[in-house]
Amino acid sequence: MTISILKAVSFLILFPFVIAVMMFCIRNSSLLRNFVAIVGGFSVMATAIMVGIRVLSMKGTTRNTYLTSTAPHDHIIMGGELLLMAIVIFLSLKYKKYYAILLSMIGTIPVLAMDLSGYAVEGNAHLRVDFLSAVMILIVGIVGILICIYAVGYMKDYHNHHTDVEDRSNYFLALLFVFIGAMFGLIVSDNLGWIYFFWEITSVCSFLLIGYTRTEEAVNNSFRALWMNLLGGCGFAAALLLCNFKFGISNLSQLTAIIPRQNMVVMVPVTLIAFAALTKSAQFPFSRWLLGAMVAPTPSSALLHSATMVKIGVYMLIRLSPMLKGTFTGVMITVIGGFTFFAASLLAITVSDGKKVLAYSTISNLGLITACAGTGTTEGVWAATMLILFHAVSKSLLFQTVGDIENCMHSRDIEDMHGLIIKLPKLAFIMIIGICGMFMAPFGMLVSKWAALKSFVDSNSVWLVLFLVFGSGSTLFYWAKWLGKICTVIHQSYELEDITPKSEMISLIPLTCMIIVMCFAFPKMSDIMIQPILNEAFHKNIPNVIGGSDVIIMMIMVAMIFAIPIGSRLLAIGKKSKMTMSYVAGVNAGDDRHYIDSFGKARPLYMSNWYMTEYFGEDKLLAPSIVISAIIVIVMLIIVCGGAF
Amino acid sequence: MVMTTVIKVVLYILLAPIIGGLMEGIDRVVSARMQRRQGPPLLQPFYDVYKLLAKQTTVVNSIQVLFVIAYLIFTIFTGSLFFGGGDMLLVFFALSMSEVMMVLAAYSTNGPYSALGANRELLQMMCYEPMILLVAIGFYEANGSFMVNDLVQAANPAIYKIPGMLIGFLFILTIKFRKSPFDMSTSHHAHQEMVKGLTSDISGTNLAFYEIAEWYDEVLMMGIVAMFFIYNNPISIVWALIACVIFYLMETLIDNVFPRVKYMAMLVSSWVVILVSAGTNLLILSVIGK
Amino acid sequence: MKISKSPWVLHYDGSSCNGCDIEVLATMTPLYDVERFGIINTGNPKHADILLLTGGINAQTAPVVRQLYNQMPDPKVVIACGICSCDGGIFKECYNILGGSDKVVPVDVYVPGCAVRPEALIDGVVKALAILEEKRIKVKESMKQGYCTVDYSKIAVRMKAEDYDPATQYDAVLTEEALREQAEAKIAQTAKPAPKPAAPAAAAPAAAPKKDEGGNA
Repeated sequence: MTISILKAVSFLILFPFVIAVMMFCIRNSSLLRNFVAIVGGFSVMATAIMVGIRVLSMKGTTRNTYLTSTAPHDHIIMGGELLLMAIVIFLSLKYKKYYAILLSMIGTIPVLAMDLSGYAVEGNAHLRVDFLSAVMILIVGIVGILICIYAVGYMKDYHNHHTDVEDRSNYFLALLFVFIGAMFGLIVSDNLGWIYFFWEITSVCSFLLIGYTRTEEAVNNSFRALWMNLLGGCGFAAALLLCNFKFGISNLSQLTAIIPRQNMVVMVPVTLIAFAALTKSAQFPFSRWLLGAMVAPTPSSALLHSATMVKIGVYMLIRLSPMLKGTFTGVMITVIGGFTFFAASLLAITVSDGKKVLAYSTISNLGLITACAGTGTTEGVWAATMLILFHAVSKSLLFQTVGDIENCMHSRDIEDMHGLIIKLPKLAFIMIIGICGMFMAPFGMLVSKWAALKSFVDSNSVWLVLFLVFGSGSTLFYWAKWLGKICTVIHQSYELEDITPKSEMISLIPLTCMIIVMCFAFPKMSDIMIQPILNEAFHKNIPNVIGGSDVIIMMIMVAMIFAIPIGSRLLAIGKKSKMTMSYVAGVNAGDDRHYIDSFGKARPLYMSNWYMTEYFGEDKLLAPSIVISAIIVIVMLIIVCGGAF
Repeated sequence: MVMTTVIKVVLYILLAPIIGGLMEGIDRVVSARMQRRQGPPLLQPFYDVYKLLAKQTTVVNSIQVLFVIAYLIFTIFTGSLFFGGGDMLLVFFALSMSEVMMVLAAYSTNGPYSALGANRELLQMMCYEPMILLVAIGFYEANGSFMVNDLVQAANPAIYKIPGMLIGFLFILTIKFRKSPFDMSTSHHAHQEMVKGLTSDISGTNLAFYEIAEWYDEVLMMGIVAMFFIYNNPISIVWALIACVIFYLMETLIDNVFPRVKYMAMLVSSWVVILVSAGTNLLILSVIGK
Repeated sequence: MKISKSPWVLHYDGSSCNGCDIEVLATMTPLYDVERFGIINTGNPKHADILLLTGGINAQTAPVVRQLYNQMPDPKVVIACGICSCDGGIFKECYNILGGSDKVVPVDVYVPGCAVRPEALIDGVVKALAILEEKRIKVKESMKQGYCTVDYSKIAVRMKAEDYDPATQYDAVLTEEALREQAEAKIAQTAKPAPKPAAPAAAAPAAAPKKDEGGNA
């Protein structure tokens, strides 16, 4: 363990790019490709875990800052930025979406000009690995890599089913690894210019991933994702320029060290970065890109939704969180987050496409994280970090399971998952754990939600409390009805062939285990992972957010959840019961799925879930939500920028 | 300290079904008198449950039993947590979990009436979930703690500070008890279009478990109502009991007076009431608190 | 405690003229108030103890009555209310009427009348309650022997497409009688081996009448 953290981190950033290049050179769906992906992936994961453990085992504050003078690196990055701009321009010309060119140039050219003209502030450490970075490295390294490994098996099945799509799976897998590399880069960079570069890589990568199938829908959705993220990128670029010219600082850590009350102008770049974070985290009004991202094959949705893309935004907000406390920007960010949590959870009720429900739930949960980070309190950051951890694991598991179910049943509609527990018992079981992880009592998400609630109450944000409690109600509704569909036992149905390959199980089983282990381990996680982050961000010790006796009770609950099924099996409870058909007013045609109508004929019978589209439908709710939140964002930008100058 | 908690929990586990059953008996007798009939004996709910336990159990599938048992156990657990003096938020999270178990039991049967009841029950949960969380927050704002043990030692009864919360809570109590304007998912009365909704495909022992869980649940809910009145003065317990009796009889009256509403009317009215009464209360508290 | 303190009724209208049905409902009005006896009109066979049939049985309602009866958990009694339900009444000669309720389900109590008086109806239910108690004791005995337990291997939980055979599905084809026969066979099997070596002479005759009783039930 004598490898220095710098070396390990450079490996984390560069090696995924190497894997990506290798992927690109290997033949499609060959064994060698699987081998490269699994060995390469696990070596990255091992390194990430090592870095995580080494950093987290440090006491006090971390001072892992590296690379003070970096002329050659800067040249590479400038080249990279030009390359990204060239890719965007080329594809925009190809598909005749010229606005993307404009946005890309607005964002990139001023930054390049600043770098070339020598105005850029030099001489500070460019990399920094602190506790928050370490936690994010663990998430990306474990969850992200598991998704990549899952993708190897998935893409093979995908192209077996979708013969109309050209098999470019090497390119797809390569992009996934590039994405992972860029994520690591973004997390450990401290220099704003570098962050901006990695930020743009993820934007362009997600654009390319979404457009993978090259259908018209995919192209349109990918360009929507591109322009929204580039818009955020423009905001980031503006913040970067401001920091360099106005304040003479080039690093994020320097920016967060300024105390806003002494210098209100500093809130302008902070607000701009927060704005960029909102676009990345798909908050209203920018959520539509995330919904459109579903057209891509499942691994890319899993990656975008759980461990990487959307987490960048909230990661930046957590970094800025200490500055947001009590400021106008902070209030506005929390309002947008709270509103997104509520509106997205209502919208999630109305859709039956499994991936779309997951997408809305992602948006909704990110809204909660955003709101927590926006409060700028210690409890808020505690809850936000916990939510990021639990959300990444549960959501990636759910996406992967939905992908597998789609491969087995050729549908990802929740209504088609009726009776999944009999049709595909293994996947159904994994899915049940995933869904429970998202909303049930002793599991992680709910614990974090609880902490969020406490932090909102303590910070006296009544509106947020209201958003949270009403949002919780609708969250419960859409998850529970999905869970119900899965748990339905249909008579006389039979098991379908489970074609999930082993390589996907390599990813699914560890994630399932992680959800269960994290249930038990969360007090420890709070001590080891979250407390140091708080100490570092707020420079003070805070009392444990969830007290001792509560933890014991929650442990009892978790234990009960697993003990009841096992116990009643052992005690053979219910074995003496007589089996009957379900009650269909006495005209059950024998198998619960047919009834005898008044002409004596058997007719199919099916009870759909409630979607209430006539009340909360996308056509009713989506447009107003976007308009309202857009107004909030514009008001925020105008007031902060106008107030400062 | 530990001993008293254990005693409280044991007392709850032993007494709650008796009190709950009596409450239901009173409810049925009073309802009957309101309709100018004699009504069943006071102990009728116990006879019912005894009969159900003695009957053969028919099930639709093997996992249904599991969910019903989980529902019973988690409901008892929730109540024990509350009466043992635990964290209010945790109590409510456990409560919604036990409800989900019941909904899953109904879903798992694949019967049309059960599925209908399950969907309606979920909607009912969506209606009362915000209020239930707000009650916990209200107590926290009023007396500065989420722990029931600390709340009963407060200097003033919580009702002084959070009357709005009580109004909201009483409103959702009708939903929680599945009393008449809001008896969507299942009902104590005969209803044609949903048979027995949630419990349509549950019978025998399982139905008895369900009934017993309902008793535990009723006692828990009345316990929360009592919390609004209890403070460090022991005499307040009497006031709390009187309040519980009044509000419980009021639920019976509401049950007999109102016809059932459509589900959207339930959602809108409950959320509006919660927002107006509890939300305003919270807003005022936070303004004063500063 | 007697289980007859809480009889829950399922009321089904076979093909009645609605005269008896009105009287059934009349028993629940404040004047007669059957809830005094704990009687509840459930709409659900799975909760019911008493199946209350009105009207003659025709071709369309016969399978429905069968199914409702099968879905009721034991112990259960059937009351035929009104003369039509007892033996077909004035509709007996109609082309589509099979006859009284006892053509399709075993009826325990016959309550005549056209329409049946509420007093008679309540009297019939009280008679039925006594039978219910009797049956309960029998069911208790047979439950100990594993009566009507279900073979879980028949449930479709672990089944492949090629294993699927509708004939082996439990409730779709197995009527109550078939279940009963299965159960009796099981009882006969369990009764055969000599129970206790300590008192073989005493145990053998004790087992024999039980078997007969099961056969008669």
